[in-house]
Amino acid sequence: MKHVKTLNTRSLKDSMTNGGCGECQTSCQSACKTSCTVGNQSCENKKTK
Amino acid sequence: MVHQYKNNGFNIILDVDSGAVHVTDDIVYDIIPLFDGRDKTQVKNLMFLKDGVRDVLKENADGDKKPENDFLIDLDLPKHVEKILSSYRKEDIEEAIDEIAELIEGGQLYAKDIYERSITNFKKRKTVVKALCLHIAHDCNLGCKYCFAEEGEYHGRRALMSFDVGKKALDFLIENSGSRRNLEVDFFGGEPTMNWKVVKQLVEYGRSREKEANKNFRFTLTTNGTLLNDEIMDFCNKEMANVVLSLDGRKEVNDRMRPFRGSDKSSYDVIVPKFQEFAKRRGDLSYYIRGTFTHHNLDFSNDVLHYAGLGFDNMSMEPVVSSPTEDYAIKEEDVPIILEEYDRLAKEYIKRSKEGRGFTFFHFMIDLEQGPCVYKRLSGCGSGTEYLAVTPWGDLYPCHQFVGNEEFKLGTVDTGIENTDLVDEFKCCNVYAKPKCRECFAKYYCSGGCAANSYNFHGTITDAYDIGCEMQRKRIECAIMIKAALAGESDYKKVNSVDAEVLAQAVR
Repeated sequence: MKHVKTLNTRSLKDSMTNGGCGECQTSCQSACKTSCTVGNQSCENKKTK
Repeated sequence: MVHQYKNNGFNIILDVDSGAVHVTDDIVYDIIPLFDGRDKTQVKNLMFLKDGVRDVLKENADGDKKPENDFLIDLDLPKHVEKILSSYRKEDIEEAIDEIAELIEGGQLYAKDIYERSITNFKKRKTVVKALCLHIAHDCNLGCKYCFAEEGEYHGRRALMSFDVGKKALDFLIENSGSRRNLEVDFFGGEPTMNWKVVKQLVEYGRSREKEANKNFRFTLTTNGTLLNDEIMDFCNKEMANVVLSLDGRKEVNDRMRPFRGSDKSSYDVIVPKFQEFAKRRGDLSYYIRGTFTHHNLDFSNDVLHYAGLGFDNMSMEPVVSSPTEDYAIKEEDVPIILEEYDRLAKEYIKRSKEGRGFTFFHFMIDLEQGPCVYKRLSGCGSGTEYLAVTPWGDLYPCHQFVGNEEFKLGTVDTGIENTDLVDEFKCCNVYAKPKCRECFAKYYCSGGCAANSYNFHGTITDAYDIGCEMQRKRIECAIMIKAALAGESDYKKVNSVDAEVLAQAVR
């Protein structure tokens, strides 16, 4: 595309298929303890595949 | 839903429900709003037919319908169309329209939210407990003025957790974790190193049960650093997946809010050399320097950069959450200053990354490719269900921030969960249960925010702490802009691999 650069290829919709295993980290156990951020966490399912 | 914004010279389009992020030129940026509720032909008619605007608006007249694109809320459409026609050539407009239509067709723009039913069903499932925040010491040797734990006491008595209570907590976690293999245990306080012997005993006990229970414990420690010594550092480097080191930044900022208890002695002078040594010894292991900023240091980007100046690579800086009556509380009028501060920090973050001396800032880390699944993104932080806090005497609470509020006591390590109604309430707490979140572009990144903050400000866990939301949205905008700024740079790969590596270690 000439006018658009897309930064990612993964769709949230695709993650419905194999998602929900629950092996990922609990957000508050990382570094915040007072807010909630999940967008910066990694999917463990991908790693173990 | 589409969220579009300009930041640091970038035109960014976040297609909220697909998760796609696009960086565009001005023409596409200007035309994208016109596709809200319209197809390619309608947009072309809108642009090029005589009376097209009038006709299309009439055709699409739908009184109260809220636009999918939040950019449209304050947009005067006829004027906007006129602006586009006077700013760009017709062939460029047509080309831009075709590219936008292609994105829509590919499910990367104006995608629909198709997740509500799945998430609601997902949340109704039987949950397991996978993480505990062990309040190993309700005591602290610092007297931090903003401490939600009331200098370690949590509205109760000073107490240290016994090995027996901690052991029962770990047994409870194993027994209630189902097939979940990775279990997280954070040693928290007060100051957990004030009960160090029990921390070590519990790690040893947890490890002793891993094999037969087919579990993998990820222990973490949150410490003020005052009692760190060689033995504690060595033990942590052997056993702790991550350590969170509390420091508020510059000396005057830190010492104002984090003095020693009952003394004027600077905690900065004691802590910083220990943390520097600890970070050095961590090597490739994960750690975070974590601070809190308040109304007194709204220029907190200087504190983050101060961390970098001290040699730390991984850092987090959180806004204080407190009663609005406190002198250090963040006030509504502080918000514009704070948002500018995040912009300033983001620019410096990019600059340093490009210069090869980048650092990791917790809230600017966004994994666009390998991030969490949509279930995780929409189902909340897990407090009260997957994540529980345990007091020194073995009471269970939905999370560390509810500890001390008896209304939220869920049970004990002896009885297990007794207040199942309350657990059910937390189970159903997801972004679809929160009216403010449903309409927010950040919902897939913050997962509905902090239940405790919502409760503290609104008396319910299904609302949102509004000032916190404004800051969260800004952090997400900055984080995405950073990705755009570093895309294509040689350092982009480096920064991403650092992010991934740090995260991998944090959860290892």
